[in-house]
Amino acid sequence: MTSQPIIEIKELEKTFQTKNGSVSALKNINLQIQQGDIFGIIGMSGAGKSTLVRCMNLLERPTSGQVFLEGQDIARLNNKQLQKVRRSMGMIFQQFNLLMQRTAESNICFPLEISGISKKAAKERAKELLELVGLSDRAKSYPSQLSGGQKQRIAIARALASNPKVLLCDEATSALDPTTTASILALLKDINQRLGITVVIITHEMSVIEQICNRVAIIDQSQIAEVGFVEDIFSRPQTLAAQKLVFPEGHQREVFSSHGDFSYYRIVFDGNSSFEPVVANMVLEFKTPVNIMFADTKNIDGKAFGQIVIQVPQSKTLQENMLRYLRSRELTVEEVTDYVG
Amino acid sequence: MWDNPMTKVLLIGIWESFYMTILSTIFAYIFGTPLGIILVMSGKDGIRPQPVLFKILDIIVNITRSIPFLILMISVTPLTRLIMGTQLGSKATIVPLVLAATPFVARMVESSLLEIDRGIIEAAHSMGASNFEIIFKVMLPEAVPSLINGATIAVTTILGYSASAGVMGGGGLGTIAINYGYNRNQGDIMLITIILLIILVQIFQEIGMRIAGVSDKRKS
Repeated sequence: MTSQPIIEIKELEKTFQTKNGSVSALKNINLQIQQGDIFGIIGMSGAGKSTLVRCMNLLERPTSGQVFLEGQDIARLNNKQLQKVRRSMGMIFQQFNLLMQRTAESNICFPLEISGISKKAAKERAKELLELVGLSDRAKSYPSQLSGGQKQRIAIARALASNPKVLLCDEATSALDPTTTASILALLKDINQRLGITVVIITHEMSVIEQICNRVAIIDQSQIAEVGFVEDIFSRPQTLAAQKLVFPEGHQREVFSSHGDFSYYRIVFDGNSSFEPVVANMVLEFKTPVNIMFADTKNIDGKAFGQIVIQVPQSKTLQENMLRYLRSRELTVEEVTDYVG
Repeated sequence: MWDNPMTKVLLIGIWESFYMTILSTIFAYIFGTPLGIILVMSGKDGIRPQPVLFKILDIIVNITRSIPFLILMISVTPLTRLIMGTQLGSKATIVPLVLAATPFVARMVESSLLEIDRGIIEAAHSMGASNFEIIFKVMLPEAVPSLINGATIAVTTILGYSASAGVMGGGGLGTIAINYGYNRNQGDIMLITIILLIILVQIFQEIGMRIAGVSDKRKS
């Protein structure tokens, strides 16, 4: 964490000039992405996330601000220098963007050809990459003969050909069905873990973030609303934009008021507790039932995130014992007096 | 039958029309392709926008395309004589044909290149391709089927121009149609030249479409 971030963005602004005046696409963006992260950038369409990822490899030139790749400000480079830098960053797209007149193998060779690698060496590298993405048997197929998922695998192989440090994914799974999406995400995670490549994922789907990202930035109306570890944002979304994304149905906004003799506790799961059935165990331990008023938990990476609101019995001693029991399981527990979201 | 003098005239006519068309097409592509590429590059959404250059080329292409072929042919006779030493015959007709076809070819090439998905060009940029590599390794190869289709249209159009050059003694089937069919009122010769022209167009069209089909990898 103390090491220099692989990508750092400082005070980035991007304004587009249109016929109807200038439109601000990104405002005051500050972001750090660490080596080895799978960093998610999520937002509604039009929030500016695609522009943001294009500023990372300078497909879009920022209007002002700095973009550092391993400490080097790449926003200041000229075109020639940029071409070199871009070879250390792979990118994949929603529409795959494969060369339609080239075979799968030849598509993977393309970035190697333009960086001056011999045909023979390029073909060998393509073979390795086809194996990595599990499509060795489709080397001679043209993109039009491949399914969406296969096309994206070839695009991933092509993006990895020149051994990039970073892989930028622009809505890479948005054109795919859920099963294919899951397999592409698994492949990205595998690439991240096995090759140590930092992955930046742009998406509008929370489920994508949930499945593979460790850190996430929420972008809303051209600005970053919230950045943090996925588990923190999922368990305690601070901003309205984050809450909308985490709880799209807004169903946690019911009101529990402490009336009568009952008390309500909110138990927050933030990944420490894994799969122990905590509430059930507590009921068994104290031989007293509790009433679950509200629950919203998610399984991310084998850890539980979310919250449960329980109604506990009147007895003060029992309440205190239960509190102690829950806290001993390293859970955050708080009394809810007038609980709204 | 082959000794028949009229047959000889017609055979020579076919050959003249054929090589006039093919040579003019080749030259028109030699000049028109770079022009088309520059139009695409310098356009508003091109990879290297140059609004002034684009506007100038755009206007030149539009003006030359609006001049009817026969008028162009007549108006450039001094140039034709300068280059070829004569203004008559099929060789001389190549000069106005190339002049007329070049802007036409430039537009064909331009529209073929504009068909390419911008995403593919963006992907090439993201891989660190230079503009030169994007033109020669991405845009032109990706546009091959469309370029061949365009070339087929160009060839048949140029064949049409070459036939109308017959009025001015341009050689080929057009001249035969004028000299024998019209001036001597030989309806049968007129009919034969028309049929021969139709056959030539069909041959060019068929060959072009087949090559375009084979080269197109976009269909599975």
